[in-house]
Amino acid sequence: MKRTSGRSRPIRRPATIAIGFAALAVLAACSSGGSSSAGGGATGNGATANGGGAVPGQTVPTANLPVLQKVGKGEGQLNLIAWEGYLDPKWVKPFEQQTGCQVNAKYAGSSDEMVSLMKNGGGGQYDMVSSSGDADLRILYAGDAHPVNINLIPSWKDFFPAFQSPPFNTINGVHYGVSLQWGPNVLMYNTKDFSSAPTSWDVIYDSKYKGEVTVPDNPIQIADAAVYLKKHQPSLGITDPYELTQPQFQAAVSLLAKQKPLIEKYWSLASQEIFDFKNGNATVGAGWPYQVSTLKAANFPIGTTIPSEGATGWADTWMLAAKAPHPNCSYLWMQYISTPKVQALQAVTYGETPDNKLACPEMDKLQAGSCDLYHANAPQSYFDSISLWKTPLATCDDGKNNCVPYAQWVSAWNTQVK
Amino acid sequence: MLWRRPWARATLLLTPPLAWFLLLYVAALVVLLITAFWQINPFTTNIEQTFSLNNFSTILSSPAYRGIIGRTVGMAAAVTVTDAVVAFPFAYYMARIAAPRTRTALFVAILLPLWASYLAKVYSWLLIFTKGGVLDSVLNVHLIYTSWAVYVVFCYLWLPFMIIPVYAALERIPPSQIEASQDLGARTWRTTRSVLLPLALPGVVAGSIFTFSLTLGDYITPLLVGGTSATFMGNIIYSNIGVANNVPFAAAMAMFPIVIMAGYLLGARALGAFEEV
Repeated sequence: MKRTSGRSRPIRRPATIAIGFAALAVLAACSSGGSSSAGGGATGNGATANGGGAVPGQTVPTANLPVLQKVGKGEGQLNLIAWEGYLDPKWVKPFEQQTGCQVNAKYAGSSDEMVSLMKNGGGGQYDMVSSSGDADLRILYAGDAHPVNINLIPSWKDFFPAFQSPPFNTINGVHYGVSLQWGPNVLMYNTKDFSSAPTSWDVIYDSKYKGEVTVPDNPIQIADAAVYLKKHQPSLGITDPYELTQPQFQAAVSLLAKQKPLIEKYWSLASQEIFDFKNGNATVGAGWPYQVSTLKAANFPIGTTIPSEGATGWADTWMLAAKAPHPNCSYLWMQYISTPKVQALQAVTYGETPDNKLACPEMDKLQAGSCDLYHANAPQSYFDSISLWKTPLATCDDGKNNCVPYAQWVSAWNTQVK
Repeated sequence: MLWRRPWARATLLLTPPLAWFLLLYVAALVVLLITAFWQINPFTTNIEQTFSLNNFSTILSSPAYRGIIGRTVGMAAAVTVTDAVVAFPFAYYMARIAAPRTRTALFVAILLPLWASYLAKVYSWLLIFTKGGVLDSVLNVHLIYTSWAVYVVFCYLWLPFMIIPVYAALERIPPSQIEASQDLGARTWRTTRSVLLPLALPGVVAGSIFTFSLTLGDYITPLLVGGTSATFMGNIIYSNIGVANNVPFAAAMAMFPIVIMAGYLLGARALGAFEEV
C-alpha cells in the first residue's frame, strides 16, 4: 500500500462546530431567564466527578438495558452511519465475506448530522455510528445508544488504556460502543518559511505572520486558545480547555479576537487549507494530519509538529444504536474493526492514530514509517499532551455550575471572534 | 361537454399546478414560518415545539447578526447597481446597434457561462485571485479572501440575469420615440435620460430582482472566496441547518431575506417591473 493519504475528508470536523450556533436562541433565553440550565438540564451541582463522562444530574436513559451475552449468527445486514472514508471497501469487503453481514453505509457530514440520524435510537434503522467525542455524550444522554458487553470484543484488551473506557463513550462503567481511532490537531508550517520547526503555538498569534495564518472555522478553536493560555498565563488557572470559567473563557476569546487580523482565511474544508498552503496564501496554521499527508504526498514542503503547549484532538467511537436491528452483525463489526490489522489499515488510509497498541507493526507493513508518522507508538506523554474534544457543558467536572457551555462558545465565535 | 363549459376547462387545467403550488411551495413556507418560533434543546438538539420569539430576538438584539443582515443587503445592493451599470450599455449595444450576426454572437457569449457549473466558475475565480494567480502576478493585486473578491464574483455570476431583461426592455422601445425626441431638439444625453432610461427602467428593475435575490441567498461564494468577515445570511442559514441541525434558528434567519424580498418585489411592482418578467 503506497501513500494513500485517505479519501476526501469533507466538511467533517469544522462542521462539528455546529451544535451551539443554534443553541444561541436558547442561550438568550437562559441568560435573560436567570437560572442557567444550559447543557440540556445539567443543573445538579451536588453530583461528584464520578469519572467517565458522567454529567452530574443527568442519567443515561438506556443504562439498564440488557446487553448481549453471546454473539450469535449475523443477521445478514448492517446499517452504519459513518464519516466519509470510514467504510472503505479495503476493510469492509473482507468483513462482508467473513461474516455474511452486508454493510449499508450512510455517510454523515457533521457531528450534528450524526446526532440527528441517531435520534430515536437510530429509528430501528441504523445499527451503529462512528461519532466523535463532541457528539457522543449528546447521543448517550438522549437515550439513543445501547449498552455494549465489552467482554465480547477480544481486541479491546489490547487498546491503549486511555481508549478502553474513555469518558466520552463509557459512563459509570457502562460501555456504549468501542473506541475507534483518534488524532491530534497539529501545527502545520511551510518548511521554506520556517528553517526549524516552531516549538510553540506562538507563531499563529504572532503579528510577524500577519496574513499568513490559517485556523479552522470552528468554535472549538477556543479550546486551542485555552491550551495555549494554560501554559502562558498560568494565573488564569486553566486545567481543562473544555471546562472554562467565564474569565478563562473571555481570555481565550480575546486572544482569538486579537489573532483575527493575522488570519487570511478561516478554513472550513480540508481541501481549502491544502489549497491555501499550496498557493502560498498561508504559511502556518492549525490542521489535521490528513492535510499534512496530502501535502506531503504532493511533495509540498510541509512541516508538522505538536508544540510544547500540547494540542487538541479528536477521538471517534463506534456507538451502538439503542434500537439496532442487527445486534449480532454489530458485535461482529466491533470485533473486526478493533483488530490490529484493520485498525492499521484504517489508520494508514485515513491518516489517524489507531487505538489498538498492536497495530503499530501492521502499519509499518502497509507503509514503512507510518507507525511513527501517526504516532501509533508514541509514549503516554504524547497522549497526555493532547486534549481530546468533548462537548463543553455548564457543569464543570468538579460539579460546580460555573463553566461556559458550548452554546456560548458558538455565539462568542460568531459574534466576538469572527 | 367540456368545451361548452369554460369554467370546467379552466378548473381542470389549473387544479394540478395550483395544487402543486399550494402543497409544495406555500405549505413549505408556512411550515418554515411555524418552525421559526420553536427551539432546540442545546444538548440533545431535539426540537422543542413551544412557541417563543427567542430566535427573532436573538437575531435582532445581536449587533453581530444585525451586521450580517446589513452586510448581505449592502452586498446585494452593490452587486445590483454594478450589474445594472455594466448591463445597460451592453444591452443597448445589443438591442439597437449590433448587426444581427453580432447580436447572436453576444447572446451566446452571455448565455454560455450559464451552462457552466457554478462551482467551476467560482473556483476559477479563486485561481485568478490567489497568490501567484493572474491578478497577483500581472497586476500585483491581492484580492483573495476579501469582500472585494466576493463582490467581483457575484457581479460576474449574476450579470447575464441583468442583461437579458434590460435588453428585452430596450428592444421594445419604438425607434420612432427616439427619433421624435431628436426631432424636438433633444441631444443624445437628454434623449437617454428622458426617453430611453424611463422606458428601460422596468427592465432594469426586473433584472435587479434576480441579481438582488440571488446575492441575498448565496452562501457558497463567500465561503470559498470570502475572507475572515465573509459571513452572510445564507452562511448563517447553511451552518444552522446543514451543520448545527438548528432548523428553528435557521428558519427564523430565513424569514429575513423573505421579508426583504417581499418589500423589494412590492417596490418593483410599483415601478412596473412585472411587465418585463
